[in-house]
Amino acid sequence: MHSATRAQLSYWLIVLPAVLMLVALYFVPLGNVLLTSVTDPKPGLDNYVLLFTSASVQKTLLTTLRIAAITTLLALLLGYIVAYAMRAASTRTQRLMLVGVLLPFWISVLVRSFAWIALLGTQGPLNSTLVAWGLVDEPLALVRNETGVLIAMVHIMVPYAVLTLYANMRGIDAGLVAAARSLGASRLQAFRLVFLPLTRPGLIGAGTLVFILSLGFYVTPALLGGGKVLMIAEYVAVQINDTLRWGLGTMLAATLMISVLGALWALSRVVDVKRLFGA
Amino acid sequence: MFSKSPALDLRRYDDKLPALDRAEVPLANGTEFAPFDLMSTVRFVDVRKSYDGKVDAVRALNLKVAEGEFLTLLGPSGSGKTTTLTMLAGFEQPTEGRIFVGAEEVTRVPVEKRGIGMVFQNYALFPNMSVGENIGFPLRVRHMPRVEIDAKVARALGMVRLEGLADRKPQQLSGGQQQRVAVARALVFEPRLVLLDEPLGALDRQLREQMQYELKALHRRLGVTMIYVTHDQVEAMTMSDRVAVFSAGRLRQVAEPRRLYEAPESLFVAQFLGESNMLPGTIASVQGRECAVALSGGARVIATPVGQVSTGIAVTLALRPEKIALGAAAAACTNSFPAKVLEVSFLGDQLRLRLEALGRDDLVVKLPNGSGGQAPEPGGAIEIGWHAEDCRALRD
Repeated sequence: MHSATRAQLSYWLIVLPAVLMLVALYFVPLGNVLLTSVTDPKPGLDNYVLLFTSASVQKTLLTTLRIAAITTLLALLLGYIVAYAMRAASTRTQRLMLVGVLLPFWISVLVRSFAWIALLGTQGPLNSTLVAWGLVDEPLALVRNETGVLIAMVHIMVPYAVLTLYANMRGIDAGLVAAARSLGASRLQAFRLVFLPLTRPGLIGAGTLVFILSLGFYVTPALLGGGKVLMIAEYVAVQINDTLRWGLGTMLAATLMISVLGALWALSRVVDVKRLFGA
Repeated sequence: MFSKSPALDLRRYDDKLPALDRAEVPLANGTEFAPFDLMSTVRFVDVRKSYDGKVDAVRALNLKVAEGEFLTLLGPSGSGKTTTLTMLAGFEQPTEGRIFVGAEEVTRVPVEKRGIGMVFQNYALFPNMSVGENIGFPLRVRHMPRVEIDAKVARALGMVRLEGLADRKPQQLSGGQQQRVAVARALVFEPRLVLLDEPLGALDRQLREQMQYELKALHRRLGVTMIYVTHDQVEAMTMSDRVAVFSAGRLRQVAEPRRLYEAPESLFVAQFLGESNMLPGTIASVQGRECAVALSGGARVIATPVGQVSTGIAVTLALRPEKIALGAAAAACTNSFPAKVLEVSFLGDQLRLRLEALGRDDLVVKLPNGSGGQAPEPGGAIEIGWHAEDCRALRD
């Protein structure tokens, strides 16, 4: 009994620094954010009322939701195709494809965003090629608008979708599709009635992950949107840094956090989150 | 539910022990076939399959399966039995040769167009569908009206005694129940042919025996042609009208279980099915349906030659342990020799003796428990004997 208590004590002593750091650097500021959102400029829920009254807040929220939703759909579609191909490929090809998927992770989002600006700009290689081949009369507007933001965001998000979907697809018995075929199902029927429904947990998981990550994007929309596409993270930054409306900024940050937690909670009702992300 | 072809009398398959001479009809011999043979559902003609272009997984396969027959493909793993089934199902295509189902050549027909029901070893039930939806699946993909599907699914559930479980998920059922769902799903669309790939492999022994009985009863009732793959010889013997024995990619023999056991045509079949005493020797003379074989120990044995034999060629005598008579009965046999009992084991239903005779010390004899008389004692001298027709001289 005595030694058990001592063992427990030393256990707590070991984790204490980490706990203190978390509390000091994470929970205290977080509490501060929540507190500020209901106290600045004066106590009350005035800041939260802006969610329903302020047109600019609503516009930013809508833009954020729209971009996150479209990004999620495109990333899921592309990720599904890549994951499906990976599953069918030989072990060697599979490994190469996995490296190809993971490679972008090693490059900073900032660098990738500038790279996209260079690629998609009016003088960029894509537009000059299109004009040179006479496919378009004038360069396409691919940056400094929502299209550019979407292209860059989908590019960043596809690996997340691929990895989540691939983990899910690997768990599906290939014999089931074969069985469906032997029972008279065409390739398409076997996919639609057997394979696709079995990837539903993967689709939900990948979709939630990509959507949540997309909600908080800051650098990419700021750079590729050229100031015209205002998502919630940039709006918060403006409130904190420029207009000094800390109450509004922290309210939006709190709203974002609560929405994400809500989305995760909803996800946990449908699928096993721990298993989904391999924890 | 399954209409039998009126021209065919399938009752002959119900005989538990078919007459030995039935194998003499062309049906049992896979190499002969008439181009318009309405009696056969399945024909493999000179089929060869190689996965890597170097080794043949199956070669020189000629096999016919009769309408309504229960045929088992038996062999050790890697013998080609599963490859044969896979080609018939349509998952693999033969490298050479042709496959017919009924009057139609299916060699290049895609899986889903073959109309063959299949039961897999791990059942392959769709986890996203209920039991009822699983069974209805083959009908749904054939765009059958909903009402008709429901009626057929209900009947199929009744057929495998799973009434009331239509709304369960497969994962909620026991292994035996899942197996029955898989069988119902393979039968519900009334295929002309059902393939079963080691369907009882995952079940424990008791359940296995019960399912063997149920499958056999279903086969008898529906009269549908069934082709069954197993590596379990007892299963093959109990269930089949005929058994096709494979080894190293080749079909070694197709025959009724009893004929296969009592008249193996190759050393492999004699060794693979049941137990045999193997005595190497040389043919000393051939006389009609009998031959004299000089054993390496010096003794001469009268045996039944199998296939083409002539004086001087090396053969192996295959002699079943239960065909060896002892004592007074031995003296009346064509062959009789003195022996010494080395070991007696009591196995419940039988006594197993190890004898020293013919210059060997590994001759095995099985005596059924209750055969009467004094049980032999180790160390005692005894007369052993057997008839020429129970001792087969095999080349290999």
